[in-house]
Amino acid sequence: MIPAAFEYFRPHSIDEAFAYLQQYGGDARVLAGGQSLIPAMRFRLARPGVLVDINAVRDVNYVRANGKVLAIGAIARDSDIEHAPWIGERRWSLIHDVSRVVADPVVRQMGTPVGSLCHNDPAGDWTATALAARAEIVVRGKPGPRTVAIDDFLIDSFATAVGEGEMALEVRFPTPDDRTAGSYQKIERKVGDFATAAAAVQVSLNGDNTIRSAGVALSAAGPCAVRVEEAEHLLAGKKPSAELIRAAADAASRRSSPQADLRGSIEYKKNLAGVLVARGLRQALTRLGVQA
Amino acid sequence: MSTQQKPVGSLGVAMKRKEDPRFIQGKGHYVDDILLPGMLYLALVRSTYPHAEIISINVSEAMKVPGVKAVITGKDLDSAGLGWLPTFHGLDKQMVLALGKVLFQYQEVAAVFAETRGAAADGAEAVQVEYKPLPVVADPFTAKADKVILRSDRERKTNHIYHWEVGDKDATARALAASPKRISQRIWFQRCHPAPLEPCGCVALFDTMGRLQFHVTSQAPHVYRTALAIVTGIPEDKIHVISPDLGGGFGNKVPVYPGYVCAIVGALKLGRPVKWIETRTENLTSTGFARDYHMDVEIGATPDGRVTALHVATAADHGAFDAAADPSKYPAGMFGVVTGSYDFPVAHAEVDAYFTNKAPGGIAYRCSFRVTEASFAIERAMDILADELKMDSVDLRRKNLIRKEQFPYPSPLGFTYDSGDYHKTLDTALEKIGYKELLKEQAAKRARGELMGIGVSTFTEVVGAGPSKHFDILGIKMFDSAEIRIHPTGAGIVRTGTKSQGQGHETTWAQIVAEELGLDPQNIMVEEGDTDTAPYGLGTYASRSTPVAGAAIAMAARRIREKARKVAAHLLEVGESDVEWKDYQFQVKGVPAKSVTMKQVAFAAYTNMAQNEPGLEATYYYDPPNMTFPNGTYVAVIDVDRETGEVKVRRFLAVDDCGTIINPLVVEGQIHGGLTEGFAIAFMQEIQYDNEGNNLNTNFTDYLVPTSLETPHWETAKTTTPSPHHPIGAKGVGESPNVGSPAAFVNAVIDALSPLGVRHIDMPVTRDKVWRAIREAEARKTQS
Amino acid sequence: MKVNVKVNGISYEREVEPRTLLAYFLRESCGLTGTHVGCDTSNCGCCVVVMDGDRAVKSCTMFAAQADGHEILTVEGLAGGGQLHPLQQGFWDQHGLQCGYCTPGMLLTSYALLKHNPNPNEAEIREGLAGNLCRCTGYQNIVKAVQQAAETLRQPVAAK
Repeated sequence: MIPAAFEYFRPHSIDEAFAYLQQYGGDARVLAGGQSLIPAMRFRLARPGVLVDINAVRDVNYVRANGKVLAIGAIARDSDIEHAPWIGERRWSLIHDVSRVVADPVVRQMGTPVGSLCHNDPAGDWTATALAARAEIVVRGKPGPRTVAIDDFLIDSFATAVGEGEMALEVRFPTPDDRTAGSYQKIERKVGDFATAAAAVQVSLNGDNTIRSAGVALSAAGPCAVRVEEAEHLLAGKKPSAELIRAAADAASRRSSPQADLRGSIEYKKNLAGVLVARGLRQALTRLGVQA
Repeated sequence: MSTQQKPVGSLGVAMKRKEDPRFIQGKGHYVDDILLPGMLYLALVRSTYPHAEIISINVSEAMKVPGVKAVITGKDLDSAGLGWLPTFHGLDKQMVLALGKVLFQYQEVAAVFAETRGAAADGAEAVQVEYKPLPVVADPFTAKADKVILRSDRERKTNHIYHWEVGDKDATARALAASPKRISQRIWFQRCHPAPLEPCGCVALFDTMGRLQFHVTSQAPHVYRTALAIVTGIPEDKIHVISPDLGGGFGNKVPVYPGYVCAIVGALKLGRPVKWIETRTENLTSTGFARDYHMDVEIGATPDGRVTALHVATAADHGAFDAAADPSKYPAGMFGVVTGSYDFPVAHAEVDAYFTNKAPGGIAYRCSFRVTEASFAIERAMDILADELKMDSVDLRRKNLIRKEQFPYPSPLGFTYDSGDYHKTLDTALEKIGYKELLKEQAAKRARGELMGIGVSTFTEVVGAGPSKHFDILGIKMFDSAEIRIHPTGAGIVRTGTKSQGQGHETTWAQIVAEELGLDPQNIMVEEGDTDTAPYGLGTYASRSTPVAGAAIAMAARRIREKARKVAAHLLEVGESDVEWKDYQFQVKGVPAKSVTMKQVAFAAYTNMAQNEPGLEATYYYDPPNMTFPNGTYVAVIDVDRETGEVKVRRFLAVDDCGTIINPLVVEGQIHGGLTEGFAIAFMQEIQYDNEGNNLNTNFTDYLVPTSLETPHWETAKTTTPSPHHPIGAKGVGESPNVGSPAAFVNAVIDALSPLGVRHIDMPVTRDKVWRAIREAEARKTQS
Repeated sequence: MKVNVKVNGISYEREVEPRTLLAYFLRESCGLTGTHVGCDTSNCGCCVVVMDGDRAVKSCTMFAAQADGHEILTVEGLAGGGQLHPLQQGFWDQHGLQCGYCTPGMLLTSYALLKHNPNPNEAEIREGLAGNLCRCTGYQNIVKAVQQAAETLRQPVAAK
């Protein structure tokens, strides 16, 4: 399984990387973690004429959690998040959960959240997480960097708002307040498999324990990860209860539009979407000390 | 002579493995580690179509790729008389490279030889093949109809390969018809693949003496040598097969593959060493698969649970060529062991095999020659019978297990089981798992609607192929051999015809020699896999090594002991008849203080042997008098998540009886590994082809190997009934866990779902299938 | 293109194609065949090496070019001063290997795991090894091997 030949560049700055991408356009691919790109190249499903290796661009190697945002640079690894000193904080529980189930523990030491978002596999984990957490991606384009909301960033399977000659620089998660918790629920046949179904949930409570807002998103439920708007609207402003959770779960089942494949039938996966949203909501609420 | 420490025995000792130091330091020597000057790389072009005529193969673009040295096709091989390869079963042949048509997706079509791996891959990509698709035969039932004949090269124009049967057809039919209770079930053992982590490969070169040096991943190096001599016409003394360290085998490295022949042809034609290492995709899509038996099982019984008759009719999917590596008289292997551990008064088993547009194979994945299929069928069917009779499946088993007094037991399908105490093994298992408490817990859970299952499998398997009267591969009888030489300082070397792929022979064979001769196993070197030095053997698969080669080693060692006794008598200054071997040394009868150790005798064999033959070595070729019959009771305890169909294995206990154990650490390791494979087969593994013949599980993203996280914790225990006919009473154990465990898992799942009226689910028992079975059962309930 | 990779403390400067995978660079350009290739899809972990001291990476899913200027630890570099690494000793003592093909990858993944978590419980070990496949052992003795090694590594080093 040897890739087709390519030209290789290793820039040391964002500007240098961008210049290569602009020069080679659609024939160039960014190499960050490479954990999705290189396997595709080994099967010659991807045959870029040029690889721009950004692993030496120190300017995008950061994980910054300040009061307002969690900013993850383009070459920060999944494992950097998995082992971050703040990852045990309740407000980050959605990110905590997902950072433990992406691919496998070795792949996570090279793979990157930004890369995963740009790859946009229908069953990717970071995409559903970004939707539920209402993240934004900073994209470097010709006129300069721009910020793209996650809902606008994910366009179709393996297609995002990053155009030819452009590159993503960072993903930003708004820092949740201390009445927020989340949960990532993933069913996979084994570690390393893509999700059979997955749900990302983030819930913020009001002072009286009613739900102020909720983010609910599904992976492996269509060409891209999807936000379950119906569930989010259902939950907003309500007091948590078993019926409310069931209603949100049913909305998720309805919204889920999976393909039948070796992992399961459409019916099974739609069922799982509901089950996982329910479990995610219950876990998030439990983390917030609320029984439903 | 200096005072020696009194020698101690080595059998049953959990000694650390002697081969480990090189592996833990990354100094194992696998085929892909071989790098030779001037070596070329071989890449195979493979068919994208499952069934198609080849209209043309254009290699001109490939030849232009920098580094490509040659491209050969089936036509080139055929004109050299190498277009076809006999399969190990002997009744069929397979194309080396496609000739005129392709018969399965990923079949080998052309061979590209290049300077580098990359150039070979580039060259393979540049070969242009034009195909004309033909209708696909995707399953044995479609094949049976003979609407599309796959093998126009064969004399009989039919997809039916053979009909095999054993037992009493009429008596069984009558007994079934007369039985007050009957069950009938189609049980499919799905196609799966052994997938050792090291794929298959070879390095071929012709040396300066014109000999073929063939380094290859082979579980049976001598058979390869003979087969290659026959196929290529190269005299057998000019072929040197070397199987180095093998990264797992599990039956995958028994057949001779087209890549091997192409590598040899390339080495000859181009005068340079050629390396062929397959990719994982090639391994999963073209090398010997396992199972794919559709079995219709019928059992008759009395109302109180005494079995009266067994009939099994099987449709076997062999793929495009009959490359099932069975002994020649056993096209369905040891399937006749399908009466299992039970005393059936009468039985009849039959197998009809068919060609389909799939990869060839069938005998692999620790199957003991189809014992895995047979055992799964009977263990599942007994549970279904128990369900029909509304009996506890353990009680049903207990009632029908062959009793201790009945051994040696002649089964109605022609086997003579050597020894066993099945009731003791069963009781041991039930006690250790806490069966009574588990039943109570299950009852309480069922009352709350929770799905908990207990699955039992009481299996008998048959290994140690095999007695020359019955067994041969391509005519070569299935003996095995050992050559032992003891050096002057009491160290030694043993060479056998087997080939470990992880089973620990470098340790266990040394332990046998050490036990028989009172020597230190640390100083007995073991060598396997080099056909220039090892005595002829049939290799390692089907758990035959300990039963056959292990016996040969013990017998060779006893020959050495007999020679040594003569020298000992000389040293002890007594007559030979006054010397006895006791407490691991030679003693004068009645005067134990007058003794010499084997170490002392070894030295004397070279320095002071008197009139005796100098040196101390012996060879033994062992023709086993019978097969051996390891057996066991496995119990699985599982819980099912209704919402997701997830099955959690809470506990798994394996009680194995493999007779005498050479090294408990090694045996336990083999069981852990086999149980993990059985677990994978039960829950997640399948090589699926769709209706158009497309292979859907072509690499590890879709052909699933469980990780450390999914794999349950294994509890093991043993009972020991030695084999009465084996020199050290050993039976072999490597495949027992694959034989016994899938049924334990599936029986547990069905047990969990039985309150819902679910009777059977085909493997792999995926979450989707479980969830659907629950849903359908619930729907039935609301309808009634 | 030229790459310079420090492997087990020794610098290897070699001419490679950009598409040369790190696994093959180590095996063929450096002659270190202890790192193995077992699959096409980055699932099996036989190829795992450790980069820059504590990062386990699948060397079949990385180009040699990416390792230029970095340090790589392979299985051949684990033993030191004539002594086996406690992980190697653990695998041997606990019968944590049979065919040996997955063993180098298991050793290196465990090496990185213990750097991050010197006292892992069984669940953490099983999770940490879930990127490495084994067909022979069923993992149970591998877990014991890592546990033994972890305990050894936690002992205070005897004064020399």
